[in-house]
Amino acid sequence: MAEYVIIGNGTAAVGCIEGIRSIDSDGAITVISGEEHHVYSRPLISYLLEGKTDLERMKYRPADFYEKNKVNVVYGKAAKIDTKKQEAILEGKGKFGYTKICICTGSSPFVPPFEGLDKVKKKFSFMTLDDALALEKVLTDKSRVLIVGAGLIGLKCAEGIAERVGSITVCDLADRVLSSILDAECAAYMQKELEDHGVSFMLGDTAVKFDKNKAYMKSGAEVEFDILVLAVGVRAETEIAKQAGCDTNRGIIINTKMETTAANIYAAGDCSEGYDSSISANRVLAILPNAYMQGRCAGINMAGGSSEITDAIPMNSIGFFGLHCATAGAYPEDGEIYEERTDKGIKRLYFKDSKLAGYMLIGDVNRAGIYTSLVREKTVLDNEETEKVKKMPSLAIFSDEKRRTKLGGVV
Amino acid sequence: MKRVFVNEDWCLGCHLCEYNCAYANSGLSDMVKALKGKDIFPRIHIEETDGITYAVSCRHCKDPLCVKSCIAGAISIEDGTVKIDKTKCVGCLTCVLVCPYGAVAAGPEGAAQKCELCLANSCGSPACVKGCPNNAIVYEER
Amino acid sequence: MKDHFIYPEFEVVRNDNRCIQCRVCERQCANEVHSFDPERGIMLSDETKCVNCQRCVSLCPTRALKIVKSDCRLRENANWADDTIKEIYKQANSGGVLLSSMGNPKPLPVYWDKILINASQVTNPPIDPLREPMETKVFLGKKPEKIKRNEDGELVTETTPQLELSMPVMFSAMSYGSISYNAHASLARAATELGICYNTGEGGLHEDFYIYGPNTVVQVASGRFGVHKDYLEAAAAVEIKMGQGAKPGIGGHLPGAKIVGDVSKTRMIPEGSDAISPAPHHDIYSIEDLRQLVYSLKEATEYKKPVIVKVAAVHNIAAIASGIARSGADIIAIDGFRGGTGAAPTRIRDNVGIPIELALASVDQRLRDEGIRNNVSLVVGGSVRSAADVVKAVALGADAVYVATAALLAMGCHLCRTCQSGKCNWGIATQRPELVKRLNPDMGSRRLVNLMDAWRHEIKELMGGMGINSIESLRGNRLMLRGVGLTDKELEILGISHAGE
Repeated sequence: MAEYVIIGNGTAAVGCIEGIRSIDSDGAITVISGEEHHVYSRPLISYLLEGKTDLERMKYRPADFYEKNKVNVVYGKAAKIDTKKQEAILEGKGKFGYTKICICTGSSPFVPPFEGLDKVKKKFSFMTLDDALALEKVLTDKSRVLIVGAGLIGLKCAEGIAERVGSITVCDLADRVLSSILDAECAAYMQKELEDHGVSFMLGDTAVKFDKNKAYMKSGAEVEFDILVLAVGVRAETEIAKQAGCDTNRGIIINTKMETTAANIYAAGDCSEGYDSSISANRVLAILPNAYMQGRCAGINMAGGSSEITDAIPMNSIGFFGLHCATAGAYPEDGEIYEERTDKGIKRLYFKDSKLAGYMLIGDVNRAGIYTSLVREKTVLDNEETEKVKKMPSLAIFSDEKRRTKLGGVV
Repeated sequence: MKRVFVNEDWCLGCHLCEYNCAYANSGLSDMVKALKGKDIFPRIHIEETDGITYAVSCRHCKDPLCVKSCIAGAISIEDGTVKIDKTKCVGCLTCVLVCPYGAVAAGPEGAAQKCELCLANSCGSPACVKGCPNNAIVYEER
Repeated sequence: MKDHFIYPEFEVVRNDNRCIQCRVCERQCANEVHSFDPERGIMLSDETKCVNCQRCVSLCPTRALKIVKSDCRLRENANWADDTIKEIYKQANSGGVLLSSMGNPKPLPVYWDKILINASQVTNPPIDPLREPMETKVFLGKKPEKIKRNEDGELVTETTPQLELSMPVMFSAMSYGSISYNAHASLARAATELGICYNTGEGGLHEDFYIYGPNTVVQVASGRFGVHKDYLEAAAAVEIKMGQGAKPGIGGHLPGAKIVGDVSKTRMIPEGSDAISPAPHHDIYSIEDLRQLVYSLKEATEYKKPVIVKVAAVHNIAAIASGIARSGADIIAIDGFRGGTGAAPTRIRDNVGIPIELALASVDQRLRDEGIRNNVSLVVGGSVRSAADVVKAVALGADAVYVATAALLAMGCHLCRTCQSGKCNWGIATQRPELVKRLNPDMGSRRLVNLMDAWRHEIKELMGGMGINSIESLRGNRLMLRGVGLTDKELEILGISHAGE
């Protein structure tokens, strides 16, 4: 009987378990969970603070998930993988033999070596449930919060606590918010929405030095705060893979079947660097849907099935205070850029080589998935179709025949 | 499993399906009370192109992207029907981002919603199908 | 030109307490009666355009709409009715012949409603159609005068070609052009499923419908549109149209605007050219001429198909029918003055022709008197509205009936009588693609089949009540009928006794 070991207990791990179980209902599955929680949805920690969910509802799978899938969950930290003996070795708690192993270690916050950071008492990362619960404990309606980092994590944190604190300042070295997914104009639009809800920004500027309750900015400005949230960035957790002999770059390098360069070792999720079809190269795509799909793909392959992901693309749906934003694909500057601005938002479409390469939608994100599918499937568009794409996302973009199959068949 | 299908040849673009859908999912027993003076959030919508109209609703895909992509684990498949657990949904709209049919949308309270075949409401079987004046929308095995 | 003298005939009554502004009425009205005023957030209606087709009423999900006849009246005048005066206004405005559609709506006598059917009591048993077999099948065509045997003494069963129908009803002629592709598809599919026939009218046979040939009567009319060898060969029977009940004595005119695409192709005339059917067949001025066409068609179809001659019911119909029965025709179809049309001059429709009940009775009697009743089968049309009308027609002497208005109603027609506008909101009398698609032939054919199934059941019930188990035994059995409120002359022509006699 096959023995599967999964290091990590996040989204990719769930995907992996469900992937294995879709093929092999008997093999033993051991999950080594670093966090002492039932699998929960990490992106929901900001919603937890906002009061939109609770510990029970934010479980990513029902309470009986492990039991139903016959999964042995071991809480502890995996120290290393012995590839010769095919064993995963835990810190202090024994070892687990495997026939196939999947590394789903995710990522961890990257904290630059700020001077004086050790003097700050109330400082937090915002990655895990424990981070969020710890942060929640110190929140008061008078707290002045400084968030370092205006990316997805920092801003979601700001939204989550906005109603519960006195003030929030977000700083980032980048000149705009959400710099990894939005261009300057779209970023400015989102920033305005956040500012309208009381969040202040110091962009193109960042803390260089801390005192107990004060940050000294690069620009020379000083910011007083009670609570510091560090959301500068994340790094893929690759250490255990490296030790096991897997090739790593920014993440654990995997092929389209989620195999690492080491035998019988797979990797999936934020820790991995898989194929991104939008740039035709490997890249860490640290987004939840990708983690699940990679995990599932790995699981299927580990159990002897056959699965491959060749069409992964970066994509994000994120909203702040009800203003939604959807983005996907790549944003080539040398193609045609189509833009529409209304009082309710922005639409930017990036065309290249008769294809929709990527898009940014702010405000109206209805049917964005149709755009995403055009990007993902690299659908070639003629002039007429391109015009329809510009007008709005709809199935009208497709030929009559294709659309009739989509709406008249089982898909 | 039975699904909802539309035949473009017979869809008139009358939009009745949208109103029947909104009514069926309103939980109210009177259509006027349910819909009068309100913005409606139907789970089926009419698209129109070059004189062709057709209703689009959840395809209940066999391998749905929305289920795989939901960040809250709120979307699941139950006996083939793709369902959204409203209480778990936080309204991030990742499902809207990935649905290649444009069949998922935010509901009145911000949570995502989509066609669940009227199996859970008082209608019992798809209201859009029952109310379609030209049998353009059908509920059948294919 | 807008006629300021005429106040709109109908009022659109919208119950604002119920209207949810879904705007279905607006989208579904090809006459553009309804509109939405975004500034005030209310629905508006322009009743000058309303034809009372009831499409909006039918589709309104909250029953917020009704169309009522306006009670704005001219000063009452028993001689000058409102309609009469308004027709004067219209003609004074336009200078044209008034056009109308569907059958004569005037309050002229409906003899069907003055005839009652018999039932068995005590001395002869009724038959329960649910327990005992009942035959509704009929064969149309010339019947042998006597039994013949060959040299070996065996029965000779060969007959001239017959049209076999599972029940004594056919869908009468409605051309592709006057009605839509989907209406034709519905009729063709229903006729096939029912084992009866539908009729192409003078519009030719669309290539998609050749597969329904065994249940198709093809028409050869004065314009000869769409007639060619394959057309004749595809059919179960060929009908020569000499006249039509709604407009006896005049031809037809389908405007060039409607001769587009497939309609043009099917009629075999250039797109945009007016399709003018002359009033007469220019090669028929006598029964002898008619005989030539009858035999030309028989030659062309190798004597395999019965030939029907269709005429309008006019004053001397009995003599005309007698002539036709001697022309070689297998079936005579007679269309009464209440028969429908896609468009006819109002004056003709409302004032020309005679009731089908009287025409049928006199023709049947005349053919019997002349001993030529078996030369032909008789089919009558012109407002056969129910199974009771069918039974009465058969008892008066018909072999079968033609129905068209009832079939249109089954498909959704609401008898607004504005077919001539080409904007039929029910997708029937129109060629506009966005309107044509409103009639889904799956539904249209299903409803037609339902209607005929229902009629078949009712015919059996009525026959059973009379103690008759075969429709053939009812034909011409006028003892089964009694008149009420009819004059002696009317009873004499109908050949029936008064109730109580």
